[in-house]
Amino acid sequence: MTARRLRLVVPPIVVALVFLGVWELFVVARDIKPYLLPKPSFIAENISEQWDGMWEAARNTGTNAVIGLLSGAVAGVVMAFVANRFRVFREMFSPLAAAINAMPIVALTPMFNNLFSITSTTPRRLVVTIVVFFPVFLNVLRGLTAVDPAQVELLRSYAAGDATVLRKVRVPNALPFLFTGLKVAASLSVISAIVAEYLGGPQNGLGNRITSAASNSAYGRAWAYVAAACVMGLVFYVGAFVAERLAMPWRSKRAAAQAG
Amino acid sequence: MTPPGETAAVEIAGVGKVFNAGKPGQVDALQDVSLTVASGESVALIGPSGCGKSTLLRLIANLLEPTAGTVTVNGKSAAQARQDQDYGMAFQQASLFDWRTVARNIELPLELKGWDKRRRRDKALEMLELVQLRDFADHHPWELSGGMQQRVAIARALSVDPPLLLMDEPFGALDEMTREHMQTELLRICRQLGTTVVLVTHSIPEAVYLANRVVVMSPRPGRITKIVDVPLGERTEATREDTAFFEKITEVRELLRGVEASARSHEAAW
Repeated sequence: MTARRLRLVVPPIVVALVFLGVWELFVVARDIKPYLLPKPSFIAENISEQWDGMWEAARNTGTNAVIGLLSGAVAGVVMAFVANRFRVFREMFSPLAAAINAMPIVALTPMFNNLFSITSTTPRRLVVTIVVFFPVFLNVLRGLTAVDPAQVELLRSYAAGDATVLRKVRVPNALPFLFTGLKVAASLSVISAIVAEYLGGPQNGLGNRITSAASNSAYGRAWAYVAAACVMGLVFYVGAFVAERLAMPWRSKRAAAQAG
Repeated sequence: MTPPGETAAVEIAGVGKVFNAGKPGQVDALQDVSLTVASGESVALIGPSGCGKSTLLRLIANLLEPTAGTVTVNGKSAAQARQDQDYGMAFQQASLFDWRTVARNIELPLELKGWDKRRRRDKALEMLELVQLRDFADHHPWELSGGMQQRVAIARALSVDPPLLLMDEPFGALDEMTREHMQTELLRICRQLGTTVVLVTHSIPEAVYLANRVVVMSPRPGRITKIVDVPLGERTEATREDTAFFEKITEVRELLRGVEASARSHEAAW
């Protein structure tokens, strides 16, 4: 098991180190100016200098992302249940949902900013909520509706009503779909929380730090905050991934069995 | 067929089923079908596709309502029999739930009956003993072969001790050898439990091997062409090589050919 874990963990780390090494050598060898592309070692220096500021900015942005992620996910799940229950609603709402989904939601941020005070984080959280809503809603709805008809028939043969079919077939069937949606949404929540910061509101997040560092020609600092944003996106994804494993232990067992 | 004083397992009287009545896609799936299945008997429904054999099975299961006639199961209306879980059902696909272990799959109908955990588990293990999968109780369905999954599905169907077992091409997805093995197993189990069986099948040898009576059906509209008695006594592996067994297969095959031919000429007339 540990050998297996090692096989899983070591190769990506090696690839990352090689990538950073090549980057460093490339910048040194070609004498590339820091404003074009700084060296990884230079970025690392900035990271250690900026540690406290990064931590604070990441906390601010992360809070927005988490709150948006949770509220969007809850709204998506609830609406998926409603849409599953009421066919009319499903048929009316689904095209609308697809239309809104096709719209770049972060573009709404300036409008949301006008609705709330200049120091409010609500517009950002709202943007994240909407961005997260769709992948969760669409996936969960698919999971609830795309059930094996034979399984439903089987439950009917046990004299089960709609509520029991929902509990015993549809909900368990929707679980893997929920996590597929959540894994997409987790990364999206971080991206949208950061991008929303570019468009006004309080100046306390990773996105704000990146823009202000870049406009002050502090390229190493800007890259340090980009690295922090990258790590945060990863943390969110891994969080969703771990939640999936915990919620559905049989899935990972199955994946391991199929991997051989 | 049923001796006086004993209730038939299934009593189908003048049953018809029309889908999409009055609409352009109207289909007369069944017309004037009557059939009595005695308790302890095993009956196979066979016929070309579109003959309504699966529809008939679903009418018995009360998964569909007839548009004419009545269906009585175990002396009650089909709806009441479904409420009381008087039958178990198995399909071509085992339809096991991936998120449940083998034992918990078998427990599902018992859960819905409100049995407590301990009693459910004991019953599931007893059923697994019966289908000889005791060691797989805590495995997940995907760890089992197709034949083993189908055995679990049968164990699940029988876990409520139903007097009647309904099966829709239960062994259709299995290879020939597994299939024969499963047929033998099924007969052993049903003999042991005294279960009445109604099954839909495409396979003539399977019908003749498993059933006391083979109901040959014809399409458009679905109706019973003939009921063939199969008095072959207790089935053993030797039965499969018996001359009488082959004679019955030939008899059913010729009936089906007649059915197919008339269905084709009917289509040609269109």
